[in-house]
Amino acid sequence: MKKYTYTEMKDTRSGFGAGLLEAAKKNNDIVGLCADLTGSLKMNAFENEFPERFFQVGISEANMMSMAAGMTIGGKIPFTGTFANFSTSRVYDQIRQSIAYSNKNVKICASHAGLTLGEDGATHQVLEDIGMMKMLPGMVVINPCDYNQTKAATLAIAEYKGPVYLRFGRPKMPVFTPENQNFKIGEAVMLNEGTDVTILATGHLVWEAIEAGHILAEQGIHAEIINIHTIKPLDANAIVKSVNKTGCVVTAEEHQMNGGLGDSVAQLLALTKPTPLEMVAVNDSFGESGVPAQLMEKYGLTRKEIVSSTLKVLKRK
Amino acid sequence: MAQIKELERIVKQVRRDIVRMVHANNSGHPGGSLGCAEFLVALYFETMKHTTTFSMDGKGEDLFFLSNGHISPVLYSVLARSGYFKVSELATFRKINSRLQGHPTTHEGLPGIRIASGSLGQGMSVAIGAAETKKLNGDDRIVYSLHGDGELQEGQIWEAAMYASAKKIDNLICTVDLNGQQIDGSTKDVLDMGNLETKFKAFGFDVIVEKSGNKMDKVVEALAKAKAKTGKGMPICLLLHTEMGNGVDYMMGSHKWHGVAPNDTELKEALAQNEETLGDY
Repeated sequence: MKKYTYTEMKDTRSGFGAGLLEAAKKNNDIVGLCADLTGSLKMNAFENEFPERFFQVGISEANMMSMAAGMTIGGKIPFTGTFANFSTSRVYDQIRQSIAYSNKNVKICASHAGLTLGEDGATHQVLEDIGMMKMLPGMVVINPCDYNQTKAATLAIAEYKGPVYLRFGRPKMPVFTPENQNFKIGEAVMLNEGTDVTILATGHLVWEAIEAGHILAEQGIHAEIINIHTIKPLDANAIVKSVNKTGCVVTAEEHQMNGGLGDSVAQLLALTKPTPLEMVAVNDSFGESGVPAQLMEKYGLTRKEIVSSTLKVLKRK
Repeated sequence: MAQIKELERIVKQVRRDIVRMVHANNSGHPGGSLGCAEFLVALYFETMKHTTTFSMDGKGEDLFFLSNGHISPVLYSVLARSGYFKVSELATFRKINSRLQGHPTTHEGLPGIRIASGSLGQGMSVAIGAAETKKLNGDDRIVYSLHGDGELQEGQIWEAAMYASAKKIDNLICTVDLNGQQIDGSTKDVLDMGNLETKFKAFGFDVIVEKSGNKMDKVVEALAKAKAKTGKGMPICLLLHTEMGNGVDYMMGSHKWHGVAPNDTELKEALAQNEETLGDY
């Protein structure tokens, strides 16, 4: 099992903030819109550097999404910023009609996704956003795993033409992917080559998958671990290639089982190569208030469940 | 007033186009379309600076956004009669493989359309976005939007209105088609919105009320007045009283023709009341 080390813990949202600032320095057409959550989204640096390109819309997310669509007319590249639930479920129709169907070059940047939002509780812990967004034709859905990757993803989507949903979070996580990495939309990242099981993880669960890989290695199980930072378009080649080798899969994500990464992988494999699959995800439940680590444990989103799901899926081979 | 007469001739043809398009499919929204014929003809043939060599970005041009997308027949007719695409294409309205979808969309690449609309309440926000981009680009042209009065029941309109005044979007002219009708009845009966002039003023708009939205000279004048108010730190709202179904006597003033097509006999009657001025498609 390949070793991954880290020297610091940082939040993925700060990676977004740093990426936005850097992208905006390169491209004058980038504008930022925020619905009263500038600090939470780490958009302050962008606002300070480019006040004339920052649009504070107040607590009116619907207006923000449609406005962003309008701002593309004339060549701007709008990055919207608010919490993930206000970036998706609250404004689904605006995104569907004004952004996705109208094929506008809007980057929907969503922080505080999932249970790790923590104490604010289920009203704010959206666990359905990947599902909602991936169902929209033409929408790219990205869920990077750490600070460096979120920064790189932000720079990459600035270069990509078309609607994108970029999902990131609140807690500090190990920073273990390379600085200044070349982020390729839709290209899975191989973290560890193995032969017994394919573990496909996204977002905050990628680090847990690595930790699970070490535990499995101690038991003589060689896990192939792949970081699926782009849920749509899914890297079908990388997944099928790995499954051809291992013959079973575990998916891991901070999202509902319905509509998430596991659901996308199940669809892909059912259509191309039926394979035993276990999913580590929230099982048809809302979250609740608590410390992120407690919540991840209570709802079964840790290395422990990745290990137990692996042992289970191995028996189904 | 030769120029007004010419615009009125175009309106006659647009009204023919509307009823023929809707009749041909036995579906579509003739009532609101007919009521806005003068407004859209005035906008595209008199008020706006625009080119039919369509570019999505529309730099250096005035832009128009139809927020109440269901009145697509009048927009399609006016776009075609302006030269954005061939008038013969009007025959494809609402048919399979057409660029003229039931509600306007960019998806099929129809020249003249810059955003999809249909789900109500989004167009003012879109127009504000386009207006902000014009300001950033140093483009001094104006952004126009049209809204149904029933559409104002959508909350997003008021989010947008609040933003427009707070951020001084003064290159924006939002027109409200005040025909007092919506699908289930009169706007008063369905959900009375009270005094819209007071409401828009309270939301920080510079408001113009035009009582004769189906009189071409009045519409042209109201638009000129609105245009003169741009660049003064306030968004502009033109409350345009129109008559649903205007120009076809049996459709006038009733919500019943919001989304119902005329039959063969009714079509004949409607066409008899609107002479063919530019040649049917």
